[in-house]
Amino acid sequence: MANYSTNEFKAGLKIMQDGEPCVILENEMVKPGKGQAFNRVRIRKLLSGKVVEKTFKSGDSVEGADVMDMELAYLYSDGEFWHFMNNESFEQLAADEAAVGENVKWLVEQDVCTLTLWNGKPINVQPPNFVELEIVETDPGLKGDTAGTGGKPATLSTGAVVRVPLFVQIGEVIKVDTRSGEYVSRVK
Amino acid sequence: MTEIGWQPAASLQALKIRADMLKAVRAFFDQRDVLEVETPILAHAGVTDLHLHNLTTRLSGPGMPVPTTFYLQTSPEYAMKRLLAANSGPIFQICKVFRDDEISRRHNPEFTMLEWYQPGFTDVQLMAELDELLQTLLATEPAESLTYQAAFQQHLGIDPFAKDAHEKLFALLTEKGFADAIVREDSIDTLLQLAMSMLVEPEIGQHRPCFVTHFPASQAALAKLDQEDPRAARRFELFYRGLELANGFWELTDPQQQAERFCADNALRLQHGLEPQPIDEKLLAALMAGMPDCAGVAVGFDRLVMLRLGTDSIQDTIAFPIDRS
Repeated sequence: MANYSTNEFKAGLKIMQDGEPCVILENEMVKPGKGQAFNRVRIRKLLSGKVVEKTFKSGDSVEGADVMDMELAYLYSDGEFWHFMNNESFEQLAADEAAVGENVKWLVEQDVCTLTLWNGKPINVQPPNFVELEIVETDPGLKGDTAGTGGKPATLSTGAVVRVPLFVQIGEVIKVDTRSGEYVSRVK
Repeated sequence: MTEIGWQPAASLQALKIRADMLKAVRAFFDQRDVLEVETPILAHAGVTDLHLHNLTTRLSGPGMPVPTTFYLQTSPEYAMKRLLAANSGPIFQICKVFRDDEISRRHNPEFTMLEWYQPGFTDVQLMAELDELLQTLLATEPAESLTYQAAFQQHLGIDPFAKDAHEKLFALLTEKGFADAIVREDSIDTLLQLAMSMLVEPEIGQHRPCFVTHFPASQAALAKLDQEDPRAARRFELFYRGLELANGFWELTDPQQQAERFCADNALRLQHGLEPQPIDEKLLAALMAGMPDCAGVAVGFDRLVMLRLGTDSIQDTIAFPIDRS
């Protein structure tokens, strides 16, 4: 993998740090008028998700990380792996539990997800921003309440729990924002 | 259609404030009988400093059948010193200066420098004058002052002049999360500059401007060494609210020492794999002829405007910063 000098640093660049692939979030040069310049960067570690600050001498190089994003459709889970397919090449990839993480509750068959691959292996699975899921359990709620005040918890077919308006019932399909985990609307 | 950003980065209000501040600076020096001068932006020589990089251009004309390299000045210092040697008396200049490889929220590669020299002044007298200017422009409280040594002792518990300073700084910087920025072979100055920027600066000059005086002799630049303590040079910097605003010297007038420093700079450049730079012989000749004892200071004018506007971005003070130039 190529090395990147500090002058190539920018938000989005993937580099190796502490043996882990990272993405640069912010890059700032700090330079005393007559002194050595440094680059101070904020990076997110792509395995642990931790955000840390690092400082390098300007002009130094760091190792790049072979990290790429791919759009793949979710197929199924065999209990150990979650299987995805490239809709164009029909090539399949399996992501493990560490890569899927908490997003497992937003995986809907046929939905196209963004998989982050490091050296060809999935390390993160990002579901679409919006998914549609069926409610399998929720309190009957109050009859005639259409204002949606208050709300109640509802369990979806994947096990996710979201707050929904009182009028939404078991068996209905709802649209959820996966970034916030919030109910958006009912789906007809 | 991609939008072409033709509009200025600074607001018209910011540009008016900038213009008012320029007027106030000129009035300040007019009252003190300091002569406004202009010196070349393009010169035959640049600087030898390890950490300053001249932009260059090539000039053709009579006597220059082959285009000749000229250096865009990083500060008007050398030419202003030649005026002082020609008995100009006190002088000031407001001009554009250029530094390669310096772009950030606090740096534009082309920026406005306010620089002045007072024959007969010491660094202490010049700091007092700069403090007055700052109070005039920014309504600041009177500045405080501490030595470089005291700043490090108070804020990091390390004496920068002690024998074990390198070891202690290296350990402290590693502990504070800067391990990726340093190696053991780094000079004490590299470690000091990192510690100054990251650990000392955030602690000083937050409420009122703060002068840091008596820089280490190894960072003397063009300042004379302190007679009582030759480990220190009569170089000062001014810090306020996270910005380095000014750098000043009780000026070195000895041509021999000046030539030695230029050569030492070039030796350092070679060590770091950088090209040695031509030495400004005209400055050395002027020092040889005799420059009056004086103090001088360079102030980043755009940063003064940043403070007046209350912005943390230099781009807000410049009509067309480099990305819109």
